[in-house]
Amino acid sequence: MRKVYVVGVGMTKFGELWERSFRDLFVEAGIRAIEDAGVDGKEIEALYIGNMSAGLLVKQEHVASLIADHSGLASLHIPATRVEGGDASGALALVQGFSSIASGMYDVVVVGGVEKMSDVMAEKASEVLATTLDQEWEAFFGMTYASAYALMAKRHMHEFGTTEEQMALVSVKNHSNGSKNPMAHFRFEVSLEKVLSSPIVSYPIKLLESHAVSDGASALVLCSEKKAKEFESPVEISGIGQASDYIALHDRDNIVSMASTIEASKRAYEMSGVKPEEVDVAEVHDCFTISEIIAIEDLGFFKKGKGGQATEDGDTEIGGKVAINTSGGLKARGHAPGATGIAQVCEIVLQLRGEAEKRQVDNAEIGLTHNLGGSGGTCVVSILRRRR
Amino acid sequence: MKAGIVSYGIYIPMYRITAREIAKIWGKDPKEIENGLLIKEKSVPGIDEDTVTISVEAARNCIKRVRVDPSEIGAIFVGSESHPYAVKPTATIVGEAIGATPEMTAADYEFACKAGTAGIQTSLGLVNSGMIKYGLAIGADTAQGAPGDPLEYSASAGGAAFLIGSKDKIAEVLDTYSFTTDTPDFWRREGKAYPRHAGRFTGAPAYFKHIISASRGIMERNSIEPKEIDYVVFHQPNGKFPMRAAKLLGFEKEQYLPGIVVTQIGNTYSASSLIGLSAVLDVCNGGEKVLLTSFGSGAGSDSFLLEVTDKIVEIKDKAPKFSEFIRRKKYLSYGEYLKLSGKIKLS
Repeated sequence: MRKVYVVGVGMTKFGELWERSFRDLFVEAGIRAIEDAGVDGKEIEALYIGNMSAGLLVKQEHVASLIADHSGLASLHIPATRVEGGDASGALALVQGFSSIASGMYDVVVVGGVEKMSDVMAEKASEVLATTLDQEWEAFFGMTYASAYALMAKRHMHEFGTTEEQMALVSVKNHSNGSKNPMAHFRFEVSLEKVLSSPIVSYPIKLLESHAVSDGASALVLCSEKKAKEFESPVEISGIGQASDYIALHDRDNIVSMASTIEASKRAYEMSGVKPEEVDVAEVHDCFTISEIIAIEDLGFFKKGKGGQATEDGDTEIGGKVAINTSGGLKARGHAPGATGIAQVCEIVLQLRGEAEKRQVDNAEIGLTHNLGGSGGTCVVSILRRRR
Repeated sequence: MKAGIVSYGIYIPMYRITAREIAKIWGKDPKEIENGLLIKEKSVPGIDEDTVTISVEAARNCIKRVRVDPSEIGAIFVGSESHPYAVKPTATIVGEAIGATPEMTAADYEFACKAGTAGIQTSLGLVNSGMIKYGLAIGADTAQGAPGDPLEYSASAGGAAFLIGSKDKIAEVLDTYSFTTDTPDFWRREGKAYPRHAGRFTGAPAYFKHIISASRGIMERNSIEPKEIDYVVFHQPNGKFPMRAAKLLGFEKEQYLPGIVVTQIGNTYSASSLIGLSAVLDVCNGGEKVLLTSFGSGAGSDSFLLEVTDKIVEIKDKAPKFSEFIRRKKYLSYGEYLKLSGKIKLS
């Protein structure tokens, strides 16, 4: 298997981007990634796009061709493929791009993700997010994306004594990080009291513990080792793992950990030879604060049940044991589902290049991304390394 | 500009329902609603009140303040999004009721919540051109919010009337400036009982963009800074929006709080910014400058830069002030509110 490198990153600001359409978003992110890498459009051999629900949100399917066309690549007739795995769609595009280079099929590909959420009302957005659950056995009976995670939170509190304050502190930290990220949807800090007193979405999850509903796009230029030598600061994707799990919560052995995260991370750690304790910085899927706590346990950063305490102890802050969600995460950087998994990689690449400015983790060498689909039916973990 | 404001008058129905009472019905946390919207209670029209009766009351209170023969009023414009008739003007009924007919022109306006200020601009034009001596512009509404919709906490009833003329003015209109785009943030289709709105789209790209652009536009055109203005009044869909707009533009509490009326009566739609202006005129003195910016969904804002004259002191006590209307009130249960607002259908 050949080595794969990230040589260009680009993303739009995440947010309620009323003035920009679905296609505008991707074109902006794609151009930024290509400019960042300094490659010529003609060098791009294939395009993989992660997108969750353009059909339901903007009534557009067949989005890969649309994006290739509007990115000015139509005359090159490159293969363009859309992949979908709920809000893990972006990371699934990364897996596809990675595989196509590792296999020797291509030398330069663009992978990206895009989602336009703000063209629909909040109720519709919530309904669309619930399509990442089991429609027949969960969503049909009234379960929403938030209430699925609320069940996990309640059980986590029951089994491990995780407190509402500990969960709220995840939001406090991620908002603090997001306030330092110019691309973040919410660039302001929040206090613990403010999070705890914000309206309840689904007990114990509060409004300020829930991901932003964002528009946004993100893109990466990936290349082979031979090609990477032409670039200044390539970042290696040294390991990648994808896993699936029972889609509905009621079929799982337990709901305080995610088997998909455990399996995907095991595969990524094995491929890269990296141990959890060696990771300096990680972007994890904090769609709700409880999901960050469960993720940092399942990824092996902290013992099962200790994620809340680790958060309270500041172990996940910049300068802590492992800096989690320096971008602000889904909470503050924002959650544009199809784009999220790729935006996570953008952040890690900036960290490993030492370009994360006010939120830079000192001497970050090894980074990790963790992207979930729905309530954990899909998970992708990637491990990135600075090239020495 | 020789045309200015000669008189003003408002009317607010006496019935109130609290945000708490509505929240209770829908299983919402009353504190969340009160803190989120900054609305404590809203006015509700009585069973026999509508935009016509409210307009007539406001017009009578306006005329009461001055010695103007209603037959000298050459134009009446009533701005509302709840005219009782789809076809047949409200303005003619008002004209007849106050004795302004028949030598006059009249029309009903609709531009969501800014049709009242549109009527003021039309009247200013007609007076300035010499076509009429006085124009009467009214903004009045019995606003509709579907049960369970967030609008239910704010949509209320009230009216404000402004007499425009060129003599004995209580306020000079130094300038007026409008900012309009096609922005579908809030609408009601023909024949539908309740409006629809595009959630958060009603904020940044609609309310804030238009209010701020119009306010900045008129201040820049007149080379005037926020600190040179004594009072600022905006359209008030809730308490938060106008306060945030004021802060964004660089105004201080003492400049914007006197014109905030929504916290006590809700959003009176076409009358909202005009009742706010009336509350400011109630406490103003000659020489003070006021910036008024309305907002109507769809969307647009009209800004007015006013300079109050000494004449204000002579007329403000001659008709009920805002403070009197908010003292005169009777609270309703949710059930009574449903009955009064015609939401209980008997057949």
